[in-house]
Amino acid sequence: MDWLLTPGTAGEKFAVMAVAIVLFVAMMSLILFAVDRPRRLPSWVVALGFVGLPLGFLAFGLLRPAGITLWNSFFNRNSTEFVGFDNYVRAFTESQFQQVLLVTAAWVILAPLLSTVIGLVYAVLVDRTRFEKFAKALVFVPMAISMVGASIIWKFVYEFRPDQGAIQQIGLLNQVLAWLGFPPQQFLIGQPWNTGFLIVVMIWIQTGFAMTVLSAAIKSIPDDITEAARLDGLHGAQMFRYITVPSIRPALVVVLTTIAMATLKAFDIVRTMTGGQFGTQVVANEFYTQAFRQNNQGLAAALAVVLFVLVIPIIAYNVRQMRMAEEIR
Amino acid sequence: MSSTPTPLPAHAVDDESAPEKPRRMSRAEQRAIAAKGRLSSPWASGIAIIIAILWTIPSIGLLVTSFRPDTVIRNSGWWTVFGSIASGEAEFTVDNYNQALFGSSSDLATFFVNSFVITIPAVVIPITLALLAAYAFAWIPFRGRNILFVAVFSLQIVPLQVALVPLLRNYNDWGIGGSFWTVWFSHSIFALPLAIFLLHNFMKDIPPSLVEAARVDGAGHVKIFFRVLFPLLVPAIASFGIFQFLWVWNDLLVGLTFAASPYQPMTVAVAELAGSRGGDWHLLTAGAFISMVVPLVVFVALQRYFVRGMLAGAVKG
Repeated sequence: MDWLLTPGTAGEKFAVMAVAIVLFVAMMSLILFAVDRPRRLPSWVVALGFVGLPLGFLAFGLLRPAGITLWNSFFNRNSTEFVGFDNYVRAFTESQFQQVLLVTAAWVILAPLLSTVIGLVYAVLVDRTRFEKFAKALVFVPMAISMVGASIIWKFVYEFRPDQGAIQQIGLLNQVLAWLGFPPQQFLIGQPWNTGFLIVVMIWIQTGFAMTVLSAAIKSIPDDITEAARLDGLHGAQMFRYITVPSIRPALVVVLTTIAMATLKAFDIVRTMTGGQFGTQVVANEFYTQAFRQNNQGLAAALAVVLFVLVIPIIAYNVRQMRMAEEIR
Repeated sequence: MSSTPTPLPAHAVDDESAPEKPRRMSRAEQRAIAAKGRLSSPWASGIAIIIAILWTIPSIGLLVTSFRPDTVIRNSGWWTVFGSIASGEAEFTVDNYNQALFGSSSDLATFFVNSFVITIPAVVIPITLALLAAYAFAWIPFRGRNILFVAVFSLQIVPLQVALVPLLRNYNDWGIGGSFWTVWFSHSIFALPLAIFLLHNFMKDIPPSLVEAARVDGAGHVKIFFRVLFPLLVPAIASFGIFQFLWVWNDLLVGLTFAASPYQPMTVAVAELAGSRGGDWHLLTAGAFISMVVPLVVFVALQRYFVRGMLAGAVKG
């Protein structure tokens, strides 16, 4: 039965997959069959049949590990010695990690803001034009591909060739610089701008999301409001400033906070494009490095907890805005 | 994350449905007028076109490059092909794909299989579990139901990172570390909070009278679930299923952490390729494109469900 754990060929892999699905279906059928006795079992037994397995999964695979991680964050690198808040102190005071926090802050502020602004402008511009569907699809596609794929796409755009005689640039951005008469740049190496060039990739991915949500919100602005504003003489930019933006405020908050949280946890782009070198490291990738490269479990746990704690203000802001919106309504 | 994504479209629809119906004509008229007004502003169309170009050019560069011979990629930019096509000198090849898929250094065909083997159970299992849990939370009264639901719902904000190391240690202790089983199990767990929350919202939208009627007819919970609710939930399941499919397919973190190297998904293999053979653009561009083909096909074929699923699930992580 070794092949169930270590399948070799593609056929064996698909066979294992089939086994897993069949096992799962059999297990679920058994549970459902056991609880499906109308009016004979107390309702909590039936409920347990339905929610027991999922809740068990969550308790075991999310809640318990989160507790262990919190616990480990107060211990040293191999969890043998209690060190109090040392790991957190290190994460916030050592200059190496302060740099990581600073870069992460740049990500969490810039990526949501710029994707939302670009997404909003684009949604307004293509709204109700003949090409709307096609135009939106173009911007939405990056949302479908993996961040690894997007990173490779952009790494190629940033590709650098030294400026010597006959050597041609093969990265588009450096070629544009060349056409404009500037020397080529190592976009991914020069600090601090390299972080900006990495953030561009996140913006490129997330703008499609912002555009789609905001476009739906714009379409749901009641016609009477826009009509009344038009009769009052509002046009173009004024309409945008005084009617569109206030009307879709709740959607803007959702988009901003959602992208901020996605950005905070994303490590794929940094890992694929620079590996966290040249001062581009972010908390999510530093966690991975500490946990699986440096094997410093205490510090890794502390960084994971920091990641969790940083989510909380974003959520709090979101909930507050939602409450305010509800009161107004 | 909190109740954000779903209530938004929901109330957007509420706001719209009332005034819109009697005004359909005027809306169509207005649409024509608005479109006319907008197109006449060269600034507006200019900005829209610039954004559209910026969002497409990088992908086109990748696609074009992946079909150019290795030596040509090294010596000239991909934009030069347009000139060479005009002069009839352009060279195209599928060697890069051959080498990326079957070459000994990349062997992406194996990882392509892995991605499928990982993704299918990692979609089926959490959706099934979440459907059952969502049914119980919506239609079976039991004590502590609301508290439990809020607890599950708030687990959405927990970043995966806090769970990885302890889970990995468990898997290794059980002797299943690195196998597909650990990847399926982990993906299923991480998908549950959002899946339960979304499917519960959909189930709550179904009129209680339908469920009541079935109950009066003597149907048990299992029958109600499969006969009454399931058919109505198919669009919701499709939307979330597509989201989960893409999330797992595009995932790097879980695959990288749990899967041993023969079982890693393609994202991990391509990321590794970018690290170890960063200058081999003929391999990288073809490899990246191979990893994108499946999501792109899903996007083109199922755009409506796709967008809905993406929007409903965009908060995961």
